[in-house]
Amino acid sequence: MAQQSQKKEPGFFGKIKEEFTTAESRTAYYMTVPTLAVILIVAFFPIMYSMILSFQQVTPQQTFGTFVGLQNYVAMFQDPSFRDAFFNTTVFTVVSVALEFVLGLAIALAINRQFRGRGMVRAAVLVPWAFPLVVSALMWRLMYQDQIGIINYVANTLGLITQPILTDEGLLLIGAIVSDVWKTTPFVALLLLAGLQTIPGDVYEAARVDGASRVQQFFKITMPLLKGSILVALLFRTLDAWRIYDLFWVMSDRQLESFSTYVYKAVRISQLNFPLGNAAAVFIFLSALVLAFIFIKGFGMQTSPGGK
Amino acid sequence: MAAATSSGSGNLWRSVAFYAFIAFFLLVALFPLLWVFKMSIITRAEIFASPPTILPNTLTGTSYETIFSDARFQRAILNSVIVAGVTTVICLFLGSIAAYAIARLRFRFKSPFLTLILAIAFFPPVAIIAPLFVQFSQAGIINTYASLIIPDVVFALPLTVWLLVAFFKELPFDLEEAAKVDGATTLQAFWKVIVPLSAPGVFTTAILTFIFAWNEFLFANTFAFDISVQPVTVVIPQFATIYTVDYGAQAAAAVVVTIPLVILVLIFQRRIVSGLTAGAVKG
Repeated sequence: MAQQSQKKEPGFFGKIKEEFTTAESRTAYYMTVPTLAVILIVAFFPIMYSMILSFQQVTPQQTFGTFVGLQNYVAMFQDPSFRDAFFNTTVFTVVSVALEFVLGLAIALAINRQFRGRGMVRAAVLVPWAFPLVVSALMWRLMYQDQIGIINYVANTLGLITQPILTDEGLLLIGAIVSDVWKTTPFVALLLLAGLQTIPGDVYEAARVDGASRVQQFFKITMPLLKGSILVALLFRTLDAWRIYDLFWVMSDRQLESFSTYVYKAVRISQLNFPLGNAAAVFIFLSALVLAFIFIKGFGMQTSPGGK
Repeated sequence: MAAATSSGSGNLWRSVAFYAFIAFFLLVALFPLLWVFKMSIITRAEIFASPPTILPNTLTGTSYETIFSDARFQRAILNSVIVAGVTTVICLFLGSIAAYAIARLRFRFKSPFLTLILAIAFFPPVAIIAPLFVQFSQAGIINTYASLIIPDVVFALPLTVWLLVAFFKELPFDLEEAAKVDGATTLQAFWKVIVPLSAPGVFTTAILTFIFAWNEFLFANTFAFDISVQPVTVVIPQFATIYTVDYGAQAAAAVVVTIPLVILVLIFQRRIVSGLTAGAVKG
C-alpha cells in the first residue's frame, strides 16, 4: 500500500482517471459500487431530504413546504415532550453504558481463564444478546406488571416503591436501564474478553518480577492495552443507547419518551407535529455524528476491521 | 491460572468463590428467561397467585394453544422468515463483493468508503423514516415486504461487510496469485477460491445478519400496517393489548420467538463469538 500512494500528485479528476487505468482498482470500484449506491439512495439522500424539510413548514402530504428558517428547531426545544426525550435519553445513555462497562469489565476479568463450564457460560452470555429487544421489553414488562410481576411484587414487599412501576415515569426509566444492562452487559463482556485474550501473559510475568501489585498491573498494563477494545465497546453502546426506540416503546407502552419515540410519534402518528419531528430527526442524526466524532478523533480510536 | 487444578486451602476458597460468582452470574443472566418460561406453562390462577410461586405447580399448555391457534401469530412468523431471509441473501451478495475489494484489492478511495459504511452502523434509523415513508408511498411499495427489506439491507450491510472483511483478510495472499497464474480473473479468483475457503466465516456472517434482520422493529413498525406483512417484532407488542390480561399467552409468545434464536446460539456459539469479536479486538 505504501508504494502506491507516493507518486506525483495529479489533480482530483486526474487521480480518478489514473485509478481506472489499473485493472485491479477498476475491479475494486465495480465491486464496491452496488453497496455504495444502496447506502447513498436509502440513507444519504433521505437524510438530506430530512434536513431540507426541517427548515420548512410542511405537512406529510406535501413534497416541499415554505421556508421558515430555524423556527421548527426553536419550537422543538420549547416542546415539553422533547425536553422529556432529551432528559430520558441522556440519563439512559450515560447510566446504562457506564453500568454495562463496569459490570462487563468485571465479568471479562473474572472469566479470562480456563475453567470447567466455560462454554456454558459463553452460551448463557449470548442468549440475552441474541433475541429481539422487543421480546426482552415484553418480558420485563411482564415482570414489572403490578398484578403479576415478580419484580414489582418484590420491590413492593421490600418497601422500595410506593406505586406500581409501570405507572411512574422515573421508575420506568430505571426499569428500562435495568433491562438494557441485563441484555447488553454480556455483549460488552465478550468484546472486552476478546481484547483481554490478546494481551500476552509474559507481560504480567515481567511486571510481577518487577514487584508490581495487582492494582498497578490493572492500571498500568490491562487498561492501556485494552484501550482499543474499550473504545469500540463504548462507541457501539453509546450510539445504540442514543437511538433507543424498541425498549421504551414496548416496555413502557409508549409512555416513556426518547429521541426516537419523539420523532416516530411526530412524523408517523401526529400530523400536527410533523415539522418538529423533522427537526428532531436532524437533531438526533447530528448529535450521533458528534458523539462518533468525539470517540474516533478525540480518543484516537482506529476504525478498520481486522487491524491495519 | 486454572482455578480447577490449583491446590492448597487458599486456592480452594478462591476456586469456590469463583464458581459461586459464575453461578450467580448465570442465575442473573437466565432468570428473566426462566421466569417468563414458567409463566407460559402455568395456569392463570397460579400466574395471579400472591405471593408468587417460585416453582411451577399446575402445568398447562393452554397459553401455547392460544398462541399457536392465532392466525396472526403464524403469519407473523412466516413474514419474519421471509423478510430476514431475503435481507440476509441480498446482504451477503452485496457485502461479499464489497468486502473482497476492501480486504484484498488496492484502491485509493478505500478508507472514505470504509468510513461511509461505518457511519451507517451508527446512523439513527429514525432520522430517515419520514422521507422513506414518502418515497415508498410514491413508489407504491409501502406496506409490502420490499418496504421492510430495503432499509433492513442498508442497516445490516455494515455488519455484513465488517465481518466479511475480517474473515477475507485471514486467508493468505498468494491464493489469488496462484489462481491468476492459472489464468483466472480477479472475479473468478474471488468466487472460486476465496468464497469457498472462507465458507465458515461467510456462514457466521449469515447467522449474525439473519439475527439482526429478524430483530428489526422500527422500520417494520413504520412501513407495515397489515397483518399480511407485519413480522413478529411488530405483532408481539400488540399481544399486550389483544390478550390484555392473558399474561400466560404473552409469555408463551415471547418464549416461542426466543427459542429458535436460543437454539441457533447454542449450536453456533463458538462461531458467533469469533464473528462478534472479529475486528473489534485489534480496532
